[in-house]
Amino acid sequence: MTNSENLSNLVESILFGAGRPMRLSEIKTLLESQNIELDLPSIKVALNSLEERYANSSIEIKEVASGFRMQVRESFGDCLYPLWNETSNRLSKALMETISIVAYKQPVTRGDIEDIRGVTVSTQIIRSLLDREWIKLAGYRDVPGRPALYETTKNFLNDLNLKSINDLPPLPEALPAKEALDQLEAG
Amino acid sequence: MKSQAQLEFPQFKGEALTQLPDDLFIPPEALEIYLEDFSGPMDVLLYLIHKKDIDILDLDISEITDQYIQYIELMDALKIELAADYLVMAATLAQIKSRMLIPQSEEEEEEQDPRSELIRRLQEYQRYKSASESISNLPRLDRDFFLATTSLPRFKERESSLDISPNEIAAIFHDVTTRPKFSAHHEIHFEELSTQERVALILSILKKRNVIQFFQTYHKKEGKQGVVVALLASLDLAKDGHVELIQNKDSNQLYLKSTNRGIH
Repeated sequence: MTNSENLSNLVESILFGAGRPMRLSEIKTLLESQNIELDLPSIKVALNSLEERYANSSIEIKEVASGFRMQVRESFGDCLYPLWNETSNRLSKALMETISIVAYKQPVTRGDIEDIRGVTVSTQIIRSLLDREWIKLAGYRDVPGRPALYETTKNFLNDLNLKSINDLPPLPEALPAKEALDQLEAG
Repeated sequence: MKSQAQLEFPQFKGEALTQLPDDLFIPPEALEIYLEDFSGPMDVLLYLIHKKDIDILDLDISEITDQYIQYIELMDALKIELAADYLVMAATLAQIKSRMLIPQSEEEEEEQDPRSELIRRLQEYQRYKSASESISNLPRLDRDFFLATTSLPRFKERESSLDISPNEIAAIFHDVTTRPKFSAHHEIHFEELSTQERVALILSILKKRNVIQFFQTYHKKEGKQGVVVALLASLDLAKDGHVELIQNKDSNQLYLKSTNRGIH
């Protein structure tokens, strides 16, 4: 076995076993514990060769907000979907609107969200987003009542296959009314 | 979703709603499906405007208000839980409608269109609504793609089922029903000063002495309550003619003098 192949296997074993995104620096630390000294670019090279190895398989290496991870390609997802609890991934419109407002306007208070949605934000939605680790507390706004401020987490980006918050689709501008409706029509 | 057949006819303004209003923008049958799916009053309003295919800027506030309120009433009649927020929106619409009906005086002419704030909010809401739809369509972990890993996935924990035999249930039932009652209770009554007792006490004193001063009928430590009870007892005795209450003109001392009736 050549050295580089061995290295790729080591990196593969880490990603395969971790089950969560791993940063290059985390991989480096793990390898160091096995007395393998490697700089970050070399690890990136090992990752690239893994990607090539998987090119014709159902598996891919994906970089998301918290690092690199191994996942089943989206095109093979349909086979797996029935295995998962169907209801766990059906998110309500209210929840999606709430997380969107947090994502584009963060940090926000519940009041900010309510101003836009015109409806009380239920504690259940906030709890559900906190449970999913899609949002986290980002302090308190310095106004009377000191309302909690929320922002999105890296986990939110991870779960959407995104590297950074800037990878979200851009927030549409407030369209002149007629165009806005046309777009609604199209959607 | 309940099928049409399972829906009971709701009561609407006291009458059974056997037929849904047919002059609504959205056919009532479709509405029944949508109702629970709206994320809030802004959503409903936007939907109505969209259905009517009108420009938000040309919003006919009068018509949209009537429609909105009809939907609110319908939701109420169908016993769909109405958040207060829907009523706030109804009130807002009604307010705008009424302001538009009032002829504007010259001073108010410069005031902005009463609809503008609502239109601004609708447009703002629509930005986030459409963004949320885009985000919903992004590939999502465990829905569109999955991790390739040897570590255990985050399956939802199943609730552990009860592991118990019929015999155990019988034993527990027996245990519960034959358990001695340790839970007997009694109430603790605070000792209160009784007027009846005070009457007896005063009478017993008056047996020995013909006249006593009022302050001798209570103890200082009994506080206000003692004074009240003593006074009530004295008045009782006076009413029944057992004592006379005497007060000298120049003194504030009150005396109880026995009439020797009923006192042996």
